[in-house]
Amino acid sequence: MTAPATAQDSGYNFAYLDEQTKRMVRRAILKAVAIPGHQVPFGSREMPLPYGWGTGGIQVTASIIGLADVLKVIDQGADDTTNAVSIRRFFARTAGIATTEKTEDATVIQTRHRIPEMNLRDDQIIVYQVPIPEPLRWLEARETETRKMHGLADYGVMHVKLYEDIAKYGHIETSYDYPVLINGRYLMSPSPIPKFDNPKMHEMGALQLFGAGREKRIYAIPPYTRVESLDFEDHPFQVQTWGAVCAICGDGESFLDEVITDDQGGSMYICSDTDHCGRRVVAGHKGPGGPEEST
Amino acid sequence: MYVAVKGGEKAIDNAHALLAEERRGDTDVPELSLAQIKSQMGLAVDRVMGEGSLYDPDLGALAIKQAMGDLVEAVFLLRAYRTTLPRFAVSTPVDTAAMTIRRRISATFKDLPGGQVLGPTFDYTHRLLDFALAEDRTEGKESAQNTAEGDGAAMAGPMPRVTDLLGREGLVERETGSEAATATDTPAADLTREPLGFPAGRDLRLQNLARADEGFLLALGYSTQRGYGRTHPFAGEIRMGEVAVEIVPEELGFAIEIGDITVTECQMINQFAGSATEPPQFTRGYGLVFGRSERKSMSMALVDRSLRARELGEDIVAPAQDEEFVLYHSDNVEAQGFVQHLKLPHYVDFQSELVLVRALREEAEARRREAAE
Repeated sequence: MTAPATAQDSGYNFAYLDEQTKRMVRRAILKAVAIPGHQVPFGSREMPLPYGWGTGGIQVTASIIGLADVLKVIDQGADDTTNAVSIRRFFARTAGIATTEKTEDATVIQTRHRIPEMNLRDDQIIVYQVPIPEPLRWLEARETETRKMHGLADYGVMHVKLYEDIAKYGHIETSYDYPVLINGRYLMSPSPIPKFDNPKMHEMGALQLFGAGREKRIYAIPPYTRVESLDFEDHPFQVQTWGAVCAICGDGESFLDEVITDDQGGSMYICSDTDHCGRRVVAGHKGPGGPEEST
Repeated sequence: MYVAVKGGEKAIDNAHALLAEERRGDTDVPELSLAQIKSQMGLAVDRVMGEGSLYDPDLGALAIKQAMGDLVEAVFLLRAYRTTLPRFAVSTPVDTAAMTIRRRISATFKDLPGGQVLGPTFDYTHRLLDFALAEDRTEGKESAQNTAEGDGAAMAGPMPRVTDLLGREGLVERETGSEAATATDTPAADLTREPLGFPAGRDLRLQNLARADEGFLLALGYSTQRGYGRTHPFAGEIRMGEVAVEIVPEELGFAIEIGDITVTECQMINQFAGSATEPPQFTRGYGLVFGRSERKSMSMALVDRSLRARELGEDIVAPAQDEEFVLYHSDNVEAQGFVQHLKLPHYVDFQSELVLVRALREEAEARRREAAE
């Protein structure tokens, strides 16, 4: 579903933020692109949406978006989750730009917790909403310390944590927000995407921008940049598998959400990426359907 | 085909409609006017203006009405409006010594120049519910004998601050900030334009505390009194009243008054410190808040003093002394957003954890079976 450009709300500047603020955010973005994976502090503004609901991503999107852009917003991979709807409406209202649910039609994609299944092109930009930009935060609570650790590329503590996981559980027990090393230098939080999506970040065609509004940080991965998920030679990085297929489109390769269908332990799996799933259905793929065949 | 819960668009519209209905409440009861909120719930308006860091009683009242009395939500509404406003000037420091006093007390001296002025305070009321207030009273029936006399009238003219009186004897540390603040080459920090950086200067800390959640500051201030970073405070002076705000427009080159604001100021006098170069003297904690917010200004002064631990060479052992802890967690707009974002869907992350936990359990089960065989 694609909605054409509409009239913009006249009470505010284009895309809500004033031009001075956009310039400040763009400067931070340029610096972030120049130092891949490095967190750049910026003068994050109060937005009319709550902190933690995508204010960083919204500020980045507002600063880069133009009249000719087509925006897609997803949350958990889906275009129709309430927060995605709310953010898409915010831009349709304050910028009057066209929006779409089709990944291939979008020039800017704002996301929370997922990367679309489809490969992104180098004429697209993906904007991630980030709650906690500091990958070392759970190991060191102090910003003054973690900044020092990044400065010295002192990431031993993260390797120790991963090692302890393996010693304790036999596995690395991080399943989302799995730390990555950017261009061999900066340790970076990929935002809380499942580790399933980490490989998509590597050498991605699209520019990847990350905005953390409450924590007031922006960081970036330029197109075609090396992104390595931390691992060990004898415990290589692996992504999740389900041993199930999507009930709607039959895909066994995409990230699947579990939907509980009754109180007897019944459940089914469906694609988290709703656009991906819809495209497969149009192409004639069919899944086994849910356990309860109803309307 | 079973379809997972969809239809966010329609659900949002319906939720907004329900909210509007709930806000209005019973339509047989007359709707609240902003004037009523402003004049009869003034302390709520003051709190919202302070934490919203925007001095505008009309908008404060509107925010409270729109938020159905949820003050943190009202603060958020005011902040989101404030962020869109242009900044056309930076005021000169307000002179609280020249305040038109409505209340002024000192806990350190029995009497002092200017006297003790109790003003409108809850302090010596007995907290007995006044059932007379429950009755609807018609206009003009307010009893005349309740009208304040003498003391209640605002006192104009300079009233020296207690800390200035002590300062003359050199008994309390000199404030060096005032010179820096007036100098144009060192503008005061502004955390709404630049993100927090550490170590934070006192100007930045005070700005953060002035906008901070009252409950958070109250608890932190209280914790210092119970031994978590004790500072031996005395309420040197608390004053509340109106101060003039002045700006110096570039084209004029001299200060002009743009209006009056109500503020509450608290000067705590704390345990003394001396050094090889400085004779022993009392130290200070400072609180300044929009409106009548005595509890908050006192809490702010306690926490300000605690946060000066590094500067005064004290050990940092308590939460109230830890500037990263205090400054990062004091803002209720940030805090309420992040706490409540847990309501947003986390299907994907939770699914990832489910997959992992199931795998771990299968392995454990396999190991158990192996051991049993």
